[in-house]
Amino acid sequence: MKTALWKIAHARSGDKADRADIGLFAFDAPTYQVLKREVTKERLAAHFAGFNTGPVELWPLDNILALKIVLNGALQGGAARSLRMDNLGKNVAAQLLRMEIETPEDLPRLKGK
Amino acid sequence: MKTIRVGAGLGFYGDSWQPVRASIERGGVQYIASDHLSELTLAILQKDRQKDPSAGYARDGVPMLAELWPLAAKHGVKFVLNAGGLNPHGAREAIARTFRAKGFKAKIATVTGDSLLERIDELRGAGEALAHMDTGADIGGVRERMLFANAYLGAQPIAEALAQGADIVLTGRVADAALTLGPLAHEFGWKWDDWDRMAAGLTLGHLLECSGQGSGGNFGSSGEWAKVPDYAHLGYPIAEVSEDGSAMFTKPPGTGGLVSFDTIRQQLLYEVHNPHAYYSPDVVLDMGTLKFEDQGNDRVRITGASGAARPKTLKVVAGYQDGWMGTGMIGFAWPEAYAKCEKSAQIIATLVKERGWAVEDSNVEYIGYNSLLGANADPAYRDQLNECFLRMTIRTRDRKVADAFGRLFPWLGLSGPPYVGSMKGIQPAKELLGIWPTLVSRELVEKNIKIEVENI
Repeated sequence: MKTALWKIAHARSGDKADRADIGLFAFDAPTYQVLKREVTKERLAAHFAGFNTGPVELWPLDNILALKIVLNGALQGGAARSLRMDNLGKNVAAQLLRMEIETPEDLPRLKGK
Repeated sequence: MKTIRVGAGLGFYGDSWQPVRASIERGGVQYIASDHLSELTLAILQKDRQKDPSAGYARDGVPMLAELWPLAAKHGVKFVLNAGGLNPHGAREAIARTFRAKGFKAKIATVTGDSLLERIDELRGAGEALAHMDTGADIGGVRERMLFANAYLGAQPIAEALAQGADIVLTGRVADAALTLGPLAHEFGWKWDDWDRMAAGLTLGHLLECSGQGSGGNFGSSGEWAKVPDYAHLGYPIAEVSEDGSAMFTKPPGTGGLVSFDTIRQQLLYEVHNPHAYYSPDVVLDMGTLKFEDQGNDRVRITGASGAARPKTLKVVAGYQDGWMGTGMIGFAWPEAYAKCEKSAQIIATLVKERGWAVEDSNVEYIGYNSLLGANADPAYRDQLNECFLRMTIRTRDRKVADAFGRLFPWLGLSGPPYVGSMKGIQPAKELLGIWPTLVSRELVEKNIKIEVENI
């Protein structure tokens, strides 16, 4: 089934120069395994097409059930020269939580909903 | 067993210091680590300094200390803060003036040596390329427009200042986490090449440096954020640290907010690039070995930090003039709120084109629809909006064009689509700064570090 990330994970984003970075966190271990499999660099590049101009980097962190995602070139050159309302990229994490991935139906957060 | 408690001060220039009171009164802290700077803050401080050479520091450090120092002195709490910004001596003078007027006594240390703007040619002469660390671009292209350049100093000068008996350590650009690592290294006598302890101190400093973000604030989620108790009285985080670097992460009793596995790990990865090699001036941290044990009641035990040898270079953040931004805004109510914004954007674009203005880049956003979510806004809602605001921005080399751009908008009120609002004045041109991150050999910076201690 298709599941939007906001139903099974949480996320925060920030800025460093032209780079937007996101931490994506599974609420539980089974969901983390699904995130690791489904949230790939290719999927991320497609999700942020037209927003991010550089390569996507991705690191899994098994110890905290998290994916670290970096979009190199997402902030119009950086917060102090950006023309956007969200010059600091604080909402890049919200953008990510709208992404849909393929999941099993029995993930803990999806039960009873 | 000795433990040291470090509490978070501010997390940015403009943050509230009211929650710090609870950390001092009932959080049992010995130190407050207060972070007033970001990449963007230095750009703001540079604009201040251009207008007034005695400015250029984070002004909120002065009223914060004026209000909290009597309480801090009573509880034996020391402050480590980077509110010196681009002008630590100016900040010290402002604090000293206030303290003298109020009859406060304190030993204030000032740490300087981070500013490299006046040394760029000297450093290049010594073989430092100072190329852009992300793009590799040569600094020559922006050299003449450079407005500030500051190296991130580490924790050693802070620990040294504390060893000299300082009650307040005032710095310019140091690594945010050094504000915490400095006091810990000083108190425990950690060796500067004990990489795992350095890594532990860096981890805790990183978790503290964004104030409320380490205790339930900005908990990025759907629904979960609403479960954070009592935002109005959110307590700032506190790290209770043991000699081996292990710590209990918590917040003062009787405050709002939430310290949990979920809120802490969000802050751990915040503004981090490679989590297995998180660079600081003092150590390179691998976050992959950390263990977080949520014990409930706003207590998370943190162990397992591992570090590798500190880098031979320091990161430098520099800023250069990069044109001007013109901004215009206009709001419309139902019916066809979005369509009227879109039409207005077309009208303005026509006017800009007819005037032949040299515009390098432009941005069109619809507030209430996509100004925060960008291309990931859901178009299903677009045509049903109750109201919508158009925000247009341009980047240009010509300040006059940036100013004139905003003045195009009010005319729409009588000569454009109907049901307008938000005619709240014209936004003047805003100076834009490009950020130039680069690296410099640390010994060339560190030989110039100065620690001055003064009794006020």
